[in-house]
Amino acid sequence: MSEHYEPPKQSGAGQFFDSIFLLVLVYVALFIPLILGLTGAGSTNEMPEIVNWETLGQNATMQAQWEKLGYTPETAAEIITTKFDYTIDPLLLLITAVVIIGYFVFMVKVSDKEYRDVIREKFDL
Amino acid sequence: MSDQTANGNAAGAEGQPSERVGLLRVLGPVHVWALGVGIVLVGEFMGWNFSVGKGGALGALIACWVIGLLYTCVAMIDSEVTSTVAAAGGQYAQAKHIMGPLMAFNVGLYLVMAYTMLEAADALIVGDLLIILAEQTGYSGLDPKPFVILIIALLALLNYRGVFMTLSLNFIITAAAFTSIIILFVGVQPWQPGAILKHQDLLTDLPYGWIGVIAAFQFGIWYYLGIEGTCQAAEEVRSPSRSLPLGTMTGIMTLLIAATLTWYICSGLLPWEYLGQAIVPLYDAARMTGSTTLQVFLFVGTMFAATASANGCINDASRAWFSMGRDRYMPQWFGAVHPRYRTPYRSILFLIPIAASFAFTGLLDQVITFSILSGLLGYTFMPINMILFRKKWPLGTIRRGYVHPFHPLPAIVLMVLCITTFFATYLGFGTQLLAMMFFYVIVSLWFSMHRYKYVRRADQFTMNWPKPEGY
Repeated sequence: MSEHYEPPKQSGAGQFFDSIFLLVLVYVALFIPLILGLTGAGSTNEMPEIVNWETLGQNATMQAQWEKLGYTPETAAEIITTKFDYTIDPLLLLITAVVIIGYFVFMVKVSDKEYRDVIREKFDL
Repeated sequence: MSDQTANGNAAGAEGQPSERVGLLRVLGPVHVWALGVGIVLVGEFMGWNFSVGKGGALGALIACWVIGLLYTCVAMIDSEVTSTVAAAGGQYAQAKHIMGPLMAFNVGLYLVMAYTMLEAADALIVGDLLIILAEQTGYSGLDPKPFVILIIALLALLNYRGVFMTLSLNFIITAAAFTSIIILFVGVQPWQPGAILKHQDLLTDLPYGWIGVIAAFQFGIWYYLGIEGTCQAAEEVRSPSRSLPLGTMTGIMTLLIAATLTWYICSGLLPWEYLGQAIVPLYDAARMTGSTTLQVFLFVGTMFAATASANGCINDASRAWFSMGRDRYMPQWFGAVHPRYRTPYRSILFLIPIAASFAFTGLLDQVITFSILSGLLGYTFMPINMILFRKKWPLGTIRRGYVHPFHPLPAIVLMVLCITTFFATYLGFGTQLLAMMFFYVIVSLWFSMHRYKYVRRADQFTMNWPKPEGY
């Protein structure tokens, strides 16, 4: 029968290094892609040749509401004509699915292995 | 300043005094309601409307209902597991007892990231609202950054000083924010369709068809995201078995009412293309009524909702981080409680720069998406957790506070809805989804290859349960 696991004591420097590592990871993985514009909505824009409320597909009530908000057809045109691009790239979709499924499979398997350590110490030692 | 770790066992083992300094048990149902609704209510003032951009106004309404079903499954599953795992830490404690350390570490991080990004979005809204106010009063070109820092710093200070004052303040400002939605609803005279509200002329067909409706699920999460955070306060609640269900259930009812009113008001006043990208849609709706009084109410309401949410987020994120420090999933330094104020002060301070940095980007939809994705990963964990929970401790082997009906149907429905919402996020925000997954993959490898060695094995299981079946 194995003995209780006694974890090592982490030094202050080690704790500081771990904290900095996490901060750096947040900034590298999440913050930098954001400010470099690598993330965000994929969109398309189809601006009509002549810009007015009719060509922008706005009825009389919509026109009145846009104007109350302080918009003209010219200033509202980009908001109205910018649309999400929902084209599906099969390769990117496959990669995304594999990453998410792989992540959960890895986590469930490794967690279970660690959980067995916990249960063995709690109930068998 | 001397500190004591909250984990008496750990301290004692290292030859230090083993006195356990815990968090103060001072909260009642009203505070639990304020914590849950306070965090989520801001979702009615901003963010939900991006679902209109992805699927149109009707698409957003369908998303609101379908995601409501997702949260119903979350509530059913969470009620059974939380009422049985009577340990502090909510889903984090559940993962420790049912799935294992790596899963618990990830669940703890989901909570921290979801709340910290929400806090960033709240601060961003405060800044944007001040810009709008400045422009309307003739002071264009206002720099919002000092105000963003100021609001985060003030709320962090409040949290640093004590949880009772923090959540008492949250109750007052959350109630005021909710009242502002009711006042606006009455102000737009819903009993006279066509007078102020123009649904007949403003509601359109689905602009992207049904794929747009699915895409809208992403921001449909925003109507409710964070309500499960009420579990985080378990260690500081006077009577958890009474206060937590009461506070959570009244919170969900409040949110359902607020979400319905919000959609109805905004879709009857704003063209969907504008609504789909608006930063402060309810405030814009108030502007459209032409009433200065309503405009002032909604300015104050939006400001209060954002402040209450940021306040609750600092509270919840810091407690999740603190719990992980206490369990050594994170450096143990974070597991300290302030000797005078009894708050997890180091965790509060550590998360401030992250929230401030993301608030500075000004990219509201993307900051919100990071929060949504962390929440969604947490909901994906729940059905796996539920199925393993019933398998490891079948009914009758341990005392459950509540047994949810129709198992495993809620778990299956929840998993299907989570997968659909991942697909919804891929539609339009695919790169961001991958960036978030990259973060969690790397940090999981880091935990299993490095941090796990500092974790005391048996300390991860504190419930008085029999050995799980199959182990």
